[in-house]
Amino acid sequence: MQESAKPDGITPSQTVGPFFKYGLTPTGEYAWNDAFTNSTLTPDVSGDRIRIEGKVFDGDGVAVPDAMLEIWQADAQGRFADPQDKRALPNASFRGFARCGTDKDGNYSFETIKPGVVPDPEGKPQAPHILLAVFGRGMLRHLYTRIYFNDETGNAADPVLALVPADRRATLTAVREAGKPVYRLDLHLQGDNETVFFDV
Amino acid sequence: MTFIYPTGSNAAHPLPLSPDYKSSIKRAPNKPLIPMPHTLSELTGPVYGHETVREGDNDLTRQHAGEPLGERIIVHGYVRDEDGRGVPNSLVEIWQANSCGRYVHVRDQHPAPLDPNFTGAGRTVSDASGYYRFVTIKPGAYPWGNHHNAWRPAHIHLSVFGHSFVTRLVTQMYFPSDPLFPFDPIFNSVPDEKARARMVSSFDLENTQPEWALCYRFDIVLRGKDATPMENH
Repeated sequence: MQESAKPDGITPSQTVGPFFKYGLTPTGEYAWNDAFTNSTLTPDVSGDRIRIEGKVFDGDGVAVPDAMLEIWQADAQGRFADPQDKRALPNASFRGFARCGTDKDGNYSFETIKPGVVPDPEGKPQAPHILLAVFGRGMLRHLYTRIYFNDETGNAADPVLALVPADRRATLTAVREAGKPVYRLDLHLQGDNETVFFDV
Repeated sequence: MTFIYPTGSNAAHPLPLSPDYKSSIKRAPNKPLIPMPHTLSELTGPVYGHETVREGDNDLTRQHAGEPLGERIIVHGYVRDEDGRGVPNSLVEIWQANSCGRYVHVRDQHPAPLDPNFTGAGRTVSDASGYYRFVTIKPGAYPWGNHHNAWRPAHIHLSVFGHSFVTRLVTQMYFPSDPLFPFDPIFNSVPDEKARARMVSSFDLENTQPEWALCYRFDIVLRGKDATPMENH
């Protein structure tokens, strides 16, 4: 097959729609296997195991039962499982990526480890964070946001959080439940409490 | 702010709020997106998922005891970046309705028959040149409740990763000359006519297999590293 000339632009995004579950997140309910689950964990992963959970809401405060969330993050030492991370040998025992669909009540959860510190383009440390992409019916393109952690002192000096108005930073900050390795963060696609989404 | 993946390329995407697509009204953010520099977190991306691809996962006509009903087709092309470079080793996932326009998803209530020989999900990995190929059946158009007499043009959903988390793309591939294009708010949520055309496959007579299957060509173009976008300058 002949390769054609330089494209005149990228392929535009279209909504994931309401019917992706059997293809992207079947979780045993359909005649198809999962490429990904809601866990980044491998048996020999090092670091603090945590669970992140919450709900997704629309502009009326109604739970969104058909969203798909994907996370991407560094390991506990701040290394990415991608050969493009040239700082150290890639960590083959941690994948860094997970996917889950919301349930009928809009709930999501991820099983992962607390990420380490990753430098920004100037070499300044970023506070531990997880990238989150949100897909759903009614969303013509997925949205990018970040998950930070309320028990990290590095948040105050984080160069990305610094770009966010102070009164909206809480929408990016998962809150630890007392005595448990569980963090909670709800997502609001719209409204007074609207989650901060990034233009990347 | 400098961007390794130019953000101008994103102008090809739909605006989040496209009121003709009713579901976007309560699910699109009202506040502007906040620009931020690409850090190592954005510039890296998952390179796994590939190990879950089994032989035959790219042939949606061979996943059950019998063959699905419908028009057998080949869908192939390259995953490329906007400078035309092939994107190798990228996971491509697809899902679609059957030939009657019905998804196996439990929430699809369209009263068209399910096909016991068709699930409608597939995946593959692009090769060293970015090439990918699926065999499937042509999906049917189907009604949806967006507005009076609303029908989706036939389409195949695609999910592609590329080299980083910012090249992630979920889109839909359409078929040439579909009469439903002018009436579909999802297709028309893409403001630029040329960009809309990039979601439409082309009929590929040369690679059609005689006596067996028609062929459609669809190149998936992702954002490119240090790319020079054609648009918005």
